[in-house]
This record gives sequence, C-alpha cells and structure tokens, in this order.
Amino acid sequence: MSPPPSPAPVLPDGDPAPAVALARPESLSHLFWAFSRLALQGFGGVLAVAQRELVERLGWMSREEFVETLAVAQVLPGPNIVNISLMIGDRFFGLRGAMVALLGMMGFPALIVLTLAALSTTWLASAAMTGALRGMGAVSAGLILATGLKLLPSLRTNPVGLWPGLALAALVFGATVWLKLPLFWIVLSVGGLGMTLALIALKRSRA
Amino acid sequence: MSALLMGPLSWPELGALMLHFLMLSLLSIGGAITTAPDMHRYLVDERHWLTDQSFTSSIALAQAAPGPNILFVAVLGFNVSGLVGAAAAMLGILLPSTTLVVAATRWARNNREHLGVRAFTVGMAPLTLGLMIATGWLLAAPYLVEPGHRWATLAMIVATVVLTMRTKIGIVWMVLAGGVLGAFGFV
Repeated sequence: MSPPPSPAPVLPDGDPAPAVALARPESLSHLFWAFSRLALQGFGGVLAVAQRELVERLGWMSREEFVETLAVAQVLPGPNIVNISLMIGDRFFGLRGAMVALLGMMGFPALIVLTLAALSTTWLASAAMTGALRGMGAVSAGLILATGLKLLPSLRTNPVGLWPGLALAALVFGATVWLKLPLFWIVLSVGGLGMTLALIALKRSRA
Repeated sequence: MSALLMGPLSWPELGALMLHFLMLSLLSIGGAITTAPDMHRYLVDERHWLTDQSFTSSIALAQAAPGPNILFVAVLGFNVSGLVGAAAAMLGILLPSTTLVVAATRWARNNREHLGVRAFTVGMAPLTLGLMIATGWLLAAPYLVEPGHRWATLAMIVATVVLTMRTKIGIVWMVLAGGVLGAFGFV
C-alpha cells in the first residue's frame, strides 16, 4: 500500500524551486484506496487532509501544484474536493482515474452517512452530540486556517512574487471577512489583478 | 426495506428532483453549500418533501460524518425518497460539474504552456490562499462569540493551528479530540 520509494535527486544548494521527482499512484486500486483513506479522515471537511496526504505523505504533487490545482478547482462549479479528485485521477490515469478517484472520495463516506441517516437522526439533537459537533467544527476551522498558512510560502516561487502575492491574499481575506463581498466580485477583481501581474511577469521572463 | 430503497416519490417526481439538482450543479461555484438556500426553497417550501427540521439535521449529519460535505445532498435525497432519491440528487448535483471539470482540466493540460493558462493558474494562487485562510476564519468566528465557550474554544483552535503547522500528528486524531472535548462540555 505504501508508495514506491522514489530516488530523490541531489539538488544544487539553495535552489528555490527544486524539481523533486514526485511519486505517483502505482495502479487504479492504489488511487482508490488512497482517496478512500483520505476521505475517511475528513470529519468536517477534507481539504486539510488532502493537503497532508497528497503533498506530505504520498508526495504525488508539490505544494505549488496543490495550490494551482485548488485555484482551478474553486473557480469551476462543484465542490473543491470533488474537483481536485477528478483532476488528480485524470492526470494519472485519464477518465478511468478520474472516476476511480471520485469513487474513492465518495464511496465509503456515502455508505456511512446513509447508514446513519437510515438509523435515526434524533441523536443529533442530544446535548453531547451538539457539543461534539462544536468541538469538531472548531478544530476543522483551525485545520483550514493552518493549511492556508502552511501553503503561503509556496508564493515564493510564484511569478507574481512573494510580497505582491501576500498583498493579494490579504486583500482577499479582508474583502471576504470584513467587506463580505460576494465571491464572484472577488474573483473578478483580485483574481483579475493576480492574473494580470502573472501575465506581465511571465511575458518578461519569456522575452 | 422497500421504503429504504424507494421512498414516497413517483418516478416523474424523482425526475423533477434530479432535474432541479442538475440545474443547481453548474451554479455551485465555491461548493455545493452555496446552493443550499435554493435546495431549502425547493425541497421544503415549494415541494413540501422535507420539513425544515429534517433539512437542517440532514446537513448536520453530513458534517458529523467523515467525507466530503457534499454528501449532505445524498442525505437530503435519502430523506426525500430513500436510496433512489439519494442517487437522483447526487447524480444531479455531480454530473454537470464533473463533465465540465474533466473537460476543462484536459483542455488546460493540453494548453499548459499557453501564456494565458499559466497566468490563470499562477495568478489565481494568491486568491486561493487568501480565500482558504478567510474560510478558516469565518468557520472559527461563530464559536468565539458564545460567551460561555469563548476562551476554551479559542485555545483549542490555536492549538490546532500550531500542531498542524509544527507536527505530523494525524488530522483525524485532532478532530476526534475536539469532538470528545466538545461532547463533555469542555469547549
């Protein structure tokens, strides 16, 4: 079940964007079980677990690739985590991979949640359960917060640049938390600004 | 048993359910939860297939169970009309967005070196990170305004952030610990 030990290439010192050889799933069943394992750990949200598993444990994608995949996943319709599963599955094994990754993400959790729904939902209203949901919800919030903070350094290798990137992220944070602007306008304004800066930087580096 | 498999809805009604979720799928930018208000309007107010309370507890159940939160749609469908209802709702909410995502991913991969595609993926990265941190913040905020719980919950959130960033402790253990502390009323 463990990923194949990939020979780590020796890198020149201080290279800011090391091209580390990434691991990949060996087979469709490897992909399925990896996504099942990931999904079953995700109480109250799967994104933090996805980062930990796909980037840190399995090494199927770099921190930068994870952020870029998430960037695309969130502007497309559908849940981010479902879109990420489809994109990763498709990258390794084409359409079959996309379907297998989706099945891994949804299969066992669907079985569990529908079994619980069939039993009874009165236990959900008990004081202990309300408290448990509070506690789990608060930890989930902390996990998302930490994952976002942990991924911030990936902006160092972004053509937009670290400081402009951090400024844009801060702008999005403020617009979401304090101004409560709809996502559509934030994507249009800050997203547009980020893309323009990226375009200028990429053009300059290619020229 | 048959009520579990196929609930009270007729086939045309199941078709209408699926059609409504098919339509919502392409509107679900930022996650299916953004379309929850419309699901509530349709299932509770317009069709009277679910009570208000059953709608709310469906969402709570999906959040308590492991896995993607999108499964609240399966629970809604199940509570409307058994397993067939769950399948109709899930297929509806997933089919259009999945098709679009796979097509868009392939197009983007084939045009990876295209300047516009590169600029899009790297230019959106700061927004993605800002949004993620804002999401964490917004999820945490409601817990911190309840007077009786404020400080204990804040301490737990800070501990979670530090443990996640500094250690490799399994995420599932942290969430379960939060659940246990909450169940006993500590946070």
